[in-house]
Formats: sequence, C-alpha cells, structure tokens
Amino acid sequence: MRRLLAILLENEAGALSRVIGLFAQRNYNIETLNVAPTEDETLSRVTLSTTGDENRIEQITKHLNRLIEVVKVVDLTEGDHLERELMLIKVRAVGEMREEIKRCCDIFRGQVIDVTNDAYTIQLTGTSEKLDAFIRALGEAAVLEVVRSGVSGIGRADKILSL
Amino acid sequence: MTERLSGGEMLIRALQDEGVEYVFGYPGGAVLHIYDAIFKQQRIEHVLVRHEQAATHMADGYARSTGKPGVVLVTSGPGATNAVTGIATAYMDSTPIVVISGQVANEFIGSDAFQETDMVGVSRPVVKHSYLVRSAAEIPRIVKEAFYIACSGRPGPVVIDVPKDTTDPNVFFDYEYPESVSLRSYSPSTRGHSGQIKKAAKALLAAKRPVIYAGGGVIQGDAASELTRLATRLGFPVTNTLMGLGGFPGDTEQFLGMLGMHGTFEANMAMHHTDLIFAVGARFDDRVTNDPAKFAPDATIVHLDVDPASISKIINADIPIVGPAATVLAEIDRVVEAKMAADPDALDQRALADWWRRIRGWRREHGLDHDQRHRKGSNGSLLPQQVVQSVYRATKGQAFVTSDVGQHQMFAAQYYKFDAPRRWINSGGLGTMGFGLPAAMGVQFAHPDGVVACITGEGSFMMNMQELSTCMQYALPIKIINLNNQALGMVKQWQDMQYGGRHSHSTYRDALPDFKALTESFGHVSYRIDQLDELDDAMADVFGAKHKDDLVFVDAHIDPEEHVYPMAIKGGAMNAMVLERVDGRDDIRDDL
Ligand SMILES: Cc1ncc(C[n+]2csc(CCOP(=O)(O)OP(=O)(O)O)c2C)c(N)n1
Ligand SMILES: [Mg+2]
Repeated sequence: MRRLLAILLENEAGALSRVIGLFAQRNYNIETLNVAPTEDETLSRVTLSTTGDENRIEQITKHLNRLIEVVKVVDLTEGDHLERELMLIKVRAVGEMREEIKRCCDIFRGQVIDVTNDAYTIQLTGTSEKLDAFIRALGEAAVLEVVRSGVSGIGRADKILSL
Repeated sequence: MTERLSGGEMLIRALQDEGVEYVFGYPGGAVLHIYDAIFKQQRIEHVLVRHEQAATHMADGYARSTGKPGVVLVTSGPGATNAVTGIATAYMDSTPIVVISGQVANEFIGSDAFQETDMVGVSRPVVKHSYLVRSAAEIPRIVKEAFYIACSGRPGPVVIDVPKDTTDPNVFFDYEYPESVSLRSYSPSTRGHSGQIKKAAKALLAAKRPVIYAGGGVIQGDAASELTRLATRLGFPVTNTLMGLGGFPGDTEQFLGMLGMHGTFEANMAMHHTDLIFAVGARFDDRVTNDPAKFAPDATIVHLDVDPASISKIINADIPIVGPAATVLAEIDRVVEAKMAADPDALDQRALADWWRRIRGWRREHGLDHDQRHRKGSNGSLLPQQVVQSVYRATKGQAFVTSDVGQHQMFAAQYYKFDAPRRWINSGGLGTMGFGLPAAMGVQFAHPDGVVACITGEGSFMMNMQELSTCMQYALPIKIINLNNQALGMVKQWQDMQYGGRHSHSTYRDALPDFKALTESFGHVSYRIDQLDELDDAMADVFGAKHKDDLVFVDAHIDPEEHVYPMAIKGGAMNAMVLERVDGRDDIRDDL
C-alpha cells in the first residue's frame, strides 16, 4: 500500500541524511521525496511517499521518531489530505503538433512557460496520477525531459502539523 | 564569573562537569590540542590503550558495569574507523558511550586531507546520535546533549566529531556548562500508560501457564529489583536472554536459565507451551524466537520496553507498554499486590502449581547438569563446562564476568549463575570477538576492588591481546580464563554438524603461541591447566589472596570435541532443540 508521510525535521546539516540513511539501512523504499524549510526556518518539512503494509509503516514511523532531529511524523494517508506534485516537462513541438500539445496542456490546466521553435516547456501541478496521465496523453515520442518535484502533502481542513 | 577557555580546554572541562572519571583513548594529530588540555589537569584520568577498538570496549565495559557513560577519545581517520566496531557493539546492546573523535580542521573537511574520514557518515547507522562541531562555542552544549542522549531513554553511543580548529589553544571563549538540555524533538518516556499497566496486571493474574521473559532492558533500566519483587510475588517462572542474565537471581529455583538458541530445555519448552509471555526489556531477537511464525502459539504477549520501536517489531504484542522498566514494573506490582490482597483467589494457584510440575519435569529430563565433575572429555581431557563451574565456585558467584564470542561464551552464560545485574558483560547483539579483555579492563577500572574474570577463547583473545600491555601499565588484576580448544570452536561445531566435519579454516593448532610465555612477557602471572583434578586448586589460587593484585592468565586446555547444547533446530518452534552431539544434521540453524 502506498503511504505518504509528512515529517518535521530540525533544519540542520546532516538531518536529512539520517532520514534517508534510515530508509536504506532498514530496507524501506522511498518512492518520492520532497523537502524544504517551513515558515519557521529552524524546521524543514519532508513529504515522503513509500509503500508497505500497516506493520511496516508502523516500524518506519517508530524508527523515524527515534531519530533525534525528527520532531514529528504523520502518516497523511491515514486521514483526509491533499497532495500535489509539480512537473516541468519539455516536449517536442513542431508543425501541427504545436496546436495539439497546447490544447492538451489547456485541458490539463498546464502552462507553457518557455517556447522555442521546436519545443515547449510546460509546468503542470496536480496529483501524481494526473501528471502521469498528462505524460501518457502527450505520447512518449514527444517527451524530451521530465522533472518532477515529488509529492507534497497537507492534511485537510483543520488538521495541522506543527510543533 | 565565567572563565575564558580554549575549545580544547572547554571540551575537557565539560567532561569534568559531567563527572567523567576515565577517558579511554589514543592520541594523534587531530586531537593534540585536546591531549594538551588533558595534560594540564588532574581530575580525569586518561587511559592509554593499544588499539582504538579496545578503547571503545573498555568504555563499554565501564558503562555496562556501572550504568554510567563510558568515554572514548580517538584521533581522526584511522583512529576513528578503528573505533567503529566498538561503537556498533555498544549500539546493538544499547549501552551509553560517548566517543570523541578528532577531525581535520573545518576548512579542510571534504578535501581528502591527511587522515580525514567522514566519521559522522561512517558511524551513522550505528550511533544513537552524532555531532560535528562547527564552532568551538558549541562545545559545552554539544557535550551536555551528547551525555543526555547517550544515557536517557534507550541508551546508546553518541559520537562527537571535533575538527582541530575548534580546539585551537590560542582562541578563548566564555565557558559556561549548561544546566539542562532542551531538545524539542527528543523526550523519552518517563512512565507507562496507566490503562496499559492495569491491563497488564489483569493479564498476568489471569494466566495459567505464564513465563516472564526478561532481557537487557532490565539491566540497562536498573529494574532488576523491581522485576524480582513482582516475579517473586507472582511466583512465575523467569527466563533471561543472554543480555538479561543477572536481572533475576540465577541461583534460584524460580529461574529457568537462559532461553533461545543455546537456552535451557525447560526455558525453551516453557516459552513454547506458555499462555502468557511477559516480555520485559527484551526484543524477540531471532536468537530467541527461532521461527517467529511458530513462536509460542498459545501465548498472549505483554511487552514492556522503553523503546516503542522494539514493540511489535518481530512478534505482535497484545498489550504493549512503552516506558522505563523500573517504574512500570513497580506500578504493575502495586496493582497486582492490591488485587491479591483484595481477592485471595486472584491468582490461579492450582494452574500455576500444575505448570511448575511440568517445568520441573522438563528440568529433570534435560536440564543443565550443574556439577560436571563426574564427566570426562575425549581422551580424558578437561571440559569447558567444568572450568566455568570451577570459576563459579572459586568466585562464589560474585565475580564480574566478561566474555567473548563462541562456545566459551555460551558455556559461561549457561553455567555461571548470576544473581545480580551488571555482572555478566558480553557482546550479545553484534557478537564481537575481541570484546572480552578490554571490556574486563573497563570493568576493573570502574570497580578497582571487584573480582573481574574474562572467560574467553583463544581465537577471541588474540583479537585484542595487545591490551595485555595496557593491563601492565595500569596494573589491572584481571583474571583471564582462556578456554583453549585450539580452534574457532563455534565455527567448527557448525562444520561438524552440517558440513560433514570439513573444518574449513577453523583450526590453527600448530600456529598458536605459548600463551603462558606470552602473558609472562607482559609481566603477568600465568597458569596452564589440562587436568580435572588440578582444576579447583588452581582456581582457588588464581582467585585467592595470593594473586589479588596480579593479572592471571589461565590457559585451560579443554576438549576440542565438545559442542554446545541445547541447540535450536532451524525453522522450528522454540521446542525444537538438539540436546546432544549429532554430526551430519542439516536442519541445525545455519545463520551463525
Ligand atoms: C570479529 C568476529 N569475527 C568473526 C566472528 C564469527 N565467529 C563467531 S564464534 C567464532 C569462533 C570463536 O573462536 P574462539 O574465540 O576460540 O571461541 P570458541 O568458540 O573456540 O570457544 C567466530 C569466528 C565473530 N563473532 N566476530
Ligand atoms: Mg577456541
């Protein structure tokens, strides 16, 4: 089962390497990883997606909590939550394909953020499934380069992860 | 008035303020400023070792035998990497040590400078926490935090990597040692959940075939007397893990002995047939459970541990309790006491008596033989069990016993009956050969008047025997009992059992030193024993007044054919054991 963990971490050198090291050391996998400082700059927030059954997620959570620099861990998938991923994608766009791609981009509510004679760079946000669907819609042949941020997640409504 | 101190001086001063008595260390370029600060003070004694691995084991032995943190100081690069085995050993057995490693100056970090190793990176998987000092001003806070983290909650090793520039003797700072630690992300639990405690008490009282399974957490958590009080009140059988020996008096009838891979027949049978396991500070290690899928089919599991990550990791707990063993056991005992006072039938005494009858039956059938003076080894040779029993008699069961890894370790654990905590000191989790001698040294430093015996094997002893020189320097009167079977006995046993007796690289009979001459060359006393009828007299001498101040090395030539039993059968439940020597089985556990 896919799980999305939100982790508040001391914003210190080496803290992230302990989190990643833990996953490697205990043979847990990381599917996506996203990290940046929060509004409180002494804290970083990590969103990490992984897979595993309930026992495994419980172990991961417990081991994360054992790390001194981990302040809080929440399994967002346990409750209502929102998740988004940002993708920058460069696609070949020549001749009549240019219109076609533009239309597809509009349907997915993407934005063309850079243009050359034979390529578009498109920015798209949404769930990971939406981004996957967009890539499929464009067709593999058109895709030149893909950058994805990894998932960011937040609890819905008044669920707040803070100190 | 605050003092003005250099970084190196602040580091040593902070150790003094922590109450550190000994630092086990070895100098080198990156720590010279720190060594100069050591030279200029008297409060801390620095012990010069002969190898950094030994320094970590000494600190570890000191910590295990006292509950106080052990401290290590090593230089950068090879000094630091030599310390890693000892750090991993402490990590696996959750012992509090603080390792200070030198590092190249901050400005050279990352440049592959001479003797530069990323110590924080190298040690990361085997530390509870680690620090890289970025500026000297951080030193007092970091030392304070390091000791707090090492000793609190589930203890463990902490590394402080100290770049040389932060100890510069010409740059001074206002020194003030923090009074307390504030770490928003670390707050180990200080008491158990009262609802869970009530549930646990209820489950204990309802049990008909209970077992208390207590591990190293009882020792580390200073909970032996609380455990003993509760277990005695209930009259339940108690078994200890290899790490837990001494957590319950080993010389009582109520004690089933060690459980697990080389555990006693009655302990393993009781674990298999029980209807309630009360696990205290134990982690259902694979050396204990055998196949987890077949483990204790009828048991309700009550699991108390200070580390939530240990609970339901291998075996699912029905009643988990997170908290320090001593306080939680005392609270459970209060509840149990009240219930038993209110209702004389609170405990099913008849069921319990039946259960004890079965356990005594198992003990009678296949229990350990606690006086083997009637046995003879092959060709009339001395048996390792006889030697351990003789040490037990000569020390009246009151010694600190350290051990290494192998057959000798299992014989020591099986036949030396520990009746107090912090007396049995061995590397259970990592299984580090070479641990025994330096650990014994750390114990002897902590207990100058204590009797310290290191029961070792010649293979393990040779992994850190350079420390005989350190023993000479500090006049440590350790007694080393070398169970010499002229082989890597435990490896050879497995080869006898499952590899058709092909002893691939497990013997070196013609290449062993004359241990007597060797140890005497370091100024120590040495005995060589190979006869049963001289054994008790020799041990009486070794542990008697005559050698009170000597390091004595006993080279006991024992039967090389002897195997350790019982032994768990691979993939079985806990009741699956081999009880005597059988060669050519392929179902013995092969994960040495
Ligand atoms: C550092 C290290 N290397 C290898 C092993 C694997 N090992 C476990 S027991 C053993 C043999 C130990 O020989 P000895 O110390 O003579 O003890 P004996 O079994 O003969 O009593 C070995 C090699 C280990 N535990 N530690
Ligand atoms: Mg041997």
